[in-house]
Amino acid sequence: MQPAHANQFEHALLKNYLLDHAYDEMFAGTDELHPHYEPLFERFASLPTDELQRRKHSAELSFLNQGITFTVYGRDEGKEHIFPYDLVPRIITAAEWATVERGLTQRLTALNMFLRDIYNEGRILADGIVPRELVYSCKHFRRQMVGLQVPRNVYVAICGTDLIRMENGEFVVLEDNLRVPSGVSYMLTNRRVMKRIFPHLFRSYNVRPIEQYTQLLLGTLRSLAPEGRPEPNIVLLSPGVFNSAYFEHAYLARQMGIELVEGRDLVTHDNIIYMRTTSGLRRVDVIYRRVDDDFIDPLAFRPDSILGVAGLFNAYRAGNVTLANAFGTGVADDKALYAYVPSIIKYYLSEEPVLQNVKTYLLTEPAAKQHVLQNLDKLVVKAVGESGGYGMLIGPQSTAAQREEFTRKIQAEPRNYIAQPTISFSRAPCLIGDDLEPRHVDLRPYILYGDKVNIVPGGLTRVALKQGSLVVNSSQGGGSKDTWVLTQ
Amino acid sequence: MLSRVADSLYWMSRYIERAEHVTRLLDVNLNLMLDESAVSADHRWQRLLQALGSPKDVEWTGDPYALTQTLSYDTEFKGSILSCVISARENARHVREQISTEQWHRLNSLYLEVTQPEMQANLDPEGILATSDQPTEFLQHVMEGVHQFQGVSDSTMSHGEGWQFIQVGRYIERAAATAVLLEAYHEDLWSHSDRIAEGNEYLEWMGLLRSATAFEAYCKVYTADVTPDRILEFLLLDEEFPHSVRFSIDTLQNALEAIHGEGGKSRAEPLRRLVGRLRASLNYSSVEEILHGDIVAYLRGIQFQCRGIHEMIYQLYIDYSIQAALAG
Repeated sequence: MQPAHANQFEHALLKNYLLDHAYDEMFAGTDELHPHYEPLFERFASLPTDELQRRKHSAELSFLNQGITFTVYGRDEGKEHIFPYDLVPRIITAAEWATVERGLTQRLTALNMFLRDIYNEGRILADGIVPRELVYSCKHFRRQMVGLQVPRNVYVAICGTDLIRMENGEFVVLEDNLRVPSGVSYMLTNRRVMKRIFPHLFRSYNVRPIEQYTQLLLGTLRSLAPEGRPEPNIVLLSPGVFNSAYFEHAYLARQMGIELVEGRDLVTHDNIIYMRTTSGLRRVDVIYRRVDDDFIDPLAFRPDSILGVAGLFNAYRAGNVTLANAFGTGVADDKALYAYVPSIIKYYLSEEPVLQNVKTYLLTEPAAKQHVLQNLDKLVVKAVGESGGYGMLIGPQSTAAQREEFTRKIQAEPRNYIAQPTISFSRAPCLIGDDLEPRHVDLRPYILYGDKVNIVPGGLTRVALKQGSLVVNSSQGGGSKDTWVLTQ
Repeated sequence: MLSRVADSLYWMSRYIERAEHVTRLLDVNLNLMLDESAVSADHRWQRLLQALGSPKDVEWTGDPYALTQTLSYDTEFKGSILSCVISARENARHVREQISTEQWHRLNSLYLEVTQPEMQANLDPEGILATSDQPTEFLQHVMEGVHQFQGVSDSTMSHGEGWQFIQVGRYIERAAATAVLLEAYHEDLWSHSDRIAEGNEYLEWMGLLRSATAFEAYCKVYTADVTPDRILEFLLLDEEFPHSVRFSIDTLQNALEAIHGEGGKSRAEPLRRLVGRLRASLNYSSVEEILHGDIVAYLRGIQFQCRGIHEMIYQLYIDYSIQAALAG
């Protein structure tokens, strides 16, 4: 492994900017910047330290004033905190974005075809491309969905795919989030704040706009309305104020001008869903649901759920209401199934995948399992059905006890885990204290799939703000920054 | 608007109004305690409990400080100031995106202030005695917080349906509370006619007016000549004073009319009749008639009608039966 080394720029702002083998979003070499980062660097370098701090403070204040906050439970309950925000935007060129856009469109199209197939004829299983037992043993497979027709055959209408950049600069897919992806409100508010803090810089860059996202989302939901409902009543179903993403639910509902409802606001009668309003019951046609499958209907799924609506599944089955996303989409973002996505793309589209996967070891295969158990200290192990950085072992940063624990878990339930090499994904400049320093970043673009595929140019760039950390999740010291996709 | 949202706004507002009422009654009575009075301490504190609707889990044990503690901080007792602030804030939290940021900040800060342990330590007996010529810091804090909240509610929230439900909550609570307050005082004021206030008695009557923030407003209308029938007339029938029962019911009716306008008109007929009848009775009664008749029955009638209005609001807007709604 190449050790970290200094850059050749003699600027005070960069004195702590060490380069290593990870791809750097700003530096093309030790003495050279990527051209699209040059104006940005010059602008930052031209500002005195206290001016940078002033702008950083002003950005934070702006988040607080817009109410873009999350609540911490416990002693300080009710105090609002802001999600850490980095002032330096991440820049993606038009050419890079074109590849990403093409790859994501291809991937989501194939995954929707896959979901339709496995819940209907099951051709891909019969042809032996994807093992039957892998699909049926997935805990997110919903037997109830078998044989059910969904509007426009769209199972996943809203998707947030996690991309990372390899050492050679290539974007690869780390994870598909096909259930209830979150974070889009941060993408939108980051942009709003950035435009206020660096208006001239922003203007000089010709950044493609993302503000149309909520309108596109509304259009996507409308295009999925049941037949014969030309003026559909669309609502956003939230688990309620105790959910950590509640801010986002409220934000999106407000931006789209639709009602934010909870399970207790909805009632079912004759397989039709109504919401209870002060002027009587009002029929609901499309539900953008931010409640997991398990909790959404106590009659069809977990009977102890109090967040859901009894009878919702039957209304859905009868075609009287559309859910976005559909039930049972989690089977396609299972981390073991992930290894088959390139084959799935080839099978349905007869195309080579534009975006590659990260090498993945399936622990149900004896040879792979043995290799993984012998190299636990070098690999990352993930539980297949989890998300948000839970149930993970990062080999190089683990203790012997943790590795032992994972060995036991893997032996007991090999289907439940996968392993991947530890990837040193790309790093982007961040304002840490008074200096620019590199931190690892990923990218989550948001893909909408209704009557057509829409991807707003950009996404949420998450940053592992702790030095050397590879975990970008907000629960573990992650932050975010604005993402600029350039027009040319 | 969603029924759940209307429900939360309504109760947020009622709890805030209730917190204010309890705070003011405690403040006034702690102050009165400092003067010798014709009325015994026992009688006065029992009357206070009556004025709060005789809550069944609170008893007068002879210790004013213990009672003040209970009414201020006891979270077991749902009518305590602290319980009311907590409930109001909990309701606000569930409709966080429906109210303005300023409203949320004001209410949340009040909540954070009153739930601090240091704030509660303020109210030990020595604390009250030491600052005996002023209301305690706690009560003052709550009063200011509540007033600020009501101010920002009126000035920062759109006066649409949600705000009208806040009005409904505030004024139905106020009308009922004033009626209960007057009932608690009836024996002292209106059982013997032709009484003239002397010394300590005058203090008691003033206490009643101050319990409804009415002393200054009363003086503007009737001068400092305090007589029982004028007190009754003012607190019950005054057209312009915001704590009188008549004013409360007038405002309640206006808010409900605005809400009916948003929903179906014919549905609201039964509620319109209930409120209209109560309003007419307050608008066209004279104090002589009321004094001539059974005052207690009259005041209870108001409380009873307020409960009926509350139930009808629920039946129409919040908790209506699904079957009936489908049929309609």
